[in-house]
Amino acid sequence: MLHYTIRRLLLAIPTLLFISLVIFLLLDLAPGDPMASIPLTVPPEVKERMREALGLGEPVHIRFLNWLYQFFIVEPQVAWDHIFGTDFSEGKQRIISFQSRSPVMSVVAERMPQTLWVVGLSYVFATLIAVPIGIVSAYRQYSWFDQLGTFVSMIGFSIPTFFSGVLLIVIFSVTLGWFPSIYDTTHKVTDWPSFLFQIKQMAMPVFVLTLYNAAQVSRFMRASMLDNLNQDYVRTARAKGMSEKVVVLLHVLRNSMIPVVTVIALGVPSIFGGAIITEQVFQVNGLGQMLITAIYASDAPMVQTLTFIFAVLIVLFNLIADILYGILDPRIRYD
Amino acid sequence: MKIKTALKGTVLGAVTGLAMAPAAFAERGADGHVNIIYWQAPSTMNPYLSGGTKELEVGSLVLEPLARYDAEGNMVPFLAETVPTVENGGVSEDLMNVTWKLKPGLLWSDGKPLTSEDVRFTWEYCTSEGGGCSQSEKYNDVADVEIVDDLTVIVHFSVPKPFPYGPFVGNQAPIIQKAQFADCTGEAMASCTDQNFAPIGTGPFVVDEFKTNDVVSMSANPNYRDPNKPAFATATVKGGGDAAAAGRSVLETGEFDYAWNLQLSPEVLADMESKGKGKLVSAFGTLVERIMVNYTDPDPALGDERATAAHPHPILSDKAVRQALSMAIDRELLVEIGYGAAGKVTCNVLPAPAIYASTANDACMVQDIEGAKALLEADGWIMGSDGIREKDGKKLSLLFQSSTNAVRQDFQAIIKQWWNEIGVEVELRNIDSSVFFGGDAGSPDTFQKFFADVEMYANNFDGTDPEAYMANWECKQAPRPETQWQGNNMPRYCTEEYDALVAEMAKTGDLTKRAELAKAMNDMLMQDYAVIPLVYRGRVSAASNTLGGVEINAWDSELWNAADWYRIKE
Repeated sequence: MLHYTIRRLLLAIPTLLFISLVIFLLLDLAPGDPMASIPLTVPPEVKERMREALGLGEPVHIRFLNWLYQFFIVEPQVAWDHIFGTDFSEGKQRIISFQSRSPVMSVVAERMPQTLWVVGLSYVFATLIAVPIGIVSAYRQYSWFDQLGTFVSMIGFSIPTFFSGVLLIVIFSVTLGWFPSIYDTTHKVTDWPSFLFQIKQMAMPVFVLTLYNAAQVSRFMRASMLDNLNQDYVRTARAKGMSEKVVVLLHVLRNSMIPVVTVIALGVPSIFGGAIITEQVFQVNGLGQMLITAIYASDAPMVQTLTFIFAVLIVLFNLIADILYGILDPRIRYD
Repeated sequence: MKIKTALKGTVLGAVTGLAMAPAAFAERGADGHVNIIYWQAPSTMNPYLSGGTKELEVGSLVLEPLARYDAEGNMVPFLAETVPTVENGGVSEDLMNVTWKLKPGLLWSDGKPLTSEDVRFTWEYCTSEGGGCSQSEKYNDVADVEIVDDLTVIVHFSVPKPFPYGPFVGNQAPIIQKAQFADCTGEAMASCTDQNFAPIGTGPFVVDEFKTNDVVSMSANPNYRDPNKPAFATATVKGGGDAAAAGRSVLETGEFDYAWNLQLSPEVLADMESKGKGKLVSAFGTLVERIMVNYTDPDPALGDERATAAHPHPILSDKAVRQALSMAIDRELLVEIGYGAAGKVTCNVLPAPAIYASTANDACMVQDIEGAKALLEADGWIMGSDGIREKDGKKLSLLFQSSTNAVRQDFQAIIKQWWNEIGVEVELRNIDSSVFFGGDAGSPDTFQKFFADVEMYANNFDGTDPEAYMANWECKQAPRPETQWQGNNMPRYCTEEYDALVAEMAKTGDLTKRAELAKAMNDMLMQDYAVIPLVYRGRVSAASNTLGGVEINAWDSELWNAADWYRIKE
């Protein structure tokens, strides 16, 4: 198992390098210009000088190698310096965003908390709610609980977050006035009332995302449980006189978890990707909103860095899911 | 509190030009907190690093120029004592030097005195090599900024400047502190993140925390020159989301006090306003939505000479066709469906300030389909059996391009319908705005290359002086391969008379004469139908009913008078 993990990690290196090259070339070939949002009143010579100041005059391969150096050497040094107070990165050029001319990684660090709070929490809630709903729905197939669960997850599936989000705002912010419609990213939790405010401002975005994520996971859980409940080993277990609790929660659940774990594990990187639409609707301004504004502004260094971080996470969580299979089902061994 | 109640009426009425500071009762910071929402969030606080409106406006809360434009477009001194003119001796007779005197006793927010060193440094900073200063055009032709004493500078120009208010005037060219930015010139401009995010200024507010593309937290400047202002102790400028969410937060939920740039359909805005929490405010600058007519042939078969002056356009070189296209448009309907209160019908490409606005072309206000048909008929364009007019074997068929934007596509569709009615075949095309306005010489889809017959977009000019703007239609401004397809003369309009007027304006100092010249240029463009103006567009923002002192300004930052804002108490 350890060998397998190490082999996979080593294989990931060329994969990721290739991904970073593909992303870089795609961004370079894509139409769009970081100067497009500058008003027409700014003359073209000035725009040309601004482009040069952004380093866009260099040829593609130099820019790519530059980025690799900054991402793999300079940025880790900066992080190291930040933690241990050393000064390895002194005077080295970091990855700079075209929009704000500030280091991309410090903006990522600034955006991480609200994304983890809102998107991450909703993912935890969604998993905690969806797994039990899936189990009960499958065990009592076609009961009123199953029907209700199916109905709710259909709603979660089919209503896009830009609709449900705005609907909640109209009901709870405009009409009732219970929750703020705009998320305050500068809010700090220091005491009980400020904690309550944090709950209030998180309530709507977390609910919208939980509904959406839970709908998916609960459908997978239910289908996977149904597959297993009709298997021979379940009849055998029952025939041997095992209690229903043991049969369902130990034997069936463990076997049913394999596809569900894939879905859940592969969904984790998307937390870091933020929920672009939900973040826009509630002005949470996390990583998702950052990515979309960077794309609109043709801010290549920021888009490149963010998408590459997502690529790393996806490769990593793929590996984690594979390892979890082995733990859930001892028959699956990779050595 | 009677005074405030009385004032409230006037504030609610509309944007009024009154100085509404609640006089001696108020003191600095007495009114608590003000929440402003800019749905396109500012990326930096340094206007010299970004040309975007969002950064210029939010930056104006902190950084100030020597003089600004007020809501009527008049210049008012901010850091300077007076606005220098030839009459008061501030501008030399030969129009080569301008003397600015700073108000005495001004302090930066960190307590250091503001001196002429800072003014000179601002010029050096923006013109330093390799910095990519986005406002360097403002400092064009500045030969030197001479320091006379602590409070006096003389700006020396290398050519006579009839309108010498480029450097240090308006929200594009504020003064920055030398002590803070001394190490940030040239290539270091971009790496000074701390300075760019929290510049030390002379304005009413100081940056406490800046989160890029998200939120700016500010508090009142302790050293602001008026000891009683600003009325607000703290301010937040939040960004993100879209115009609808921003409008909702002011007009429907009342969470925010001021929302900038609400480009929404007129019905949506009216519905939001009816909730009674706030009012829409609008102001008109010089922005005109227009159709540019291509004088050159964009036929791909021409290869490198495509859309250049070497090949005149086969059908649009005919003035009658251009005129008929303009006559067939119902501008009032366009305003109604596209902009509502934020638009007016215009027949000029130079709609304002009032002294420059011509009335010679007002006939275009009324749609005249029959007239357009008759005009084409008389010119020999005969209706074919397929409903498309023909002349000398050429079909009246046009490719109409614009940037991707809901209102523009509505306009394209409806204009196509009118043009079809007069026998013109129209093919529509829309291009993503980052490509269309991107200016990439390698892309065939930019508005400069203009590989189409007609194109629609909006443009304006900074400040109140139209000299540079009207020079856009000089022959030499035409985008062509030799200029790497840069230039502002999209129609490739080129006449000697027009170029002579441009040259004359560049050496005329007298305001009335300048106005006559600008009008003459506008009329020439309009009567040649090189540019077909559609809608004179304004800015629409929303202010809460409890926010007083708002005076929206289309000539400068909308937040230009934030020092005078206050809370209306019930």
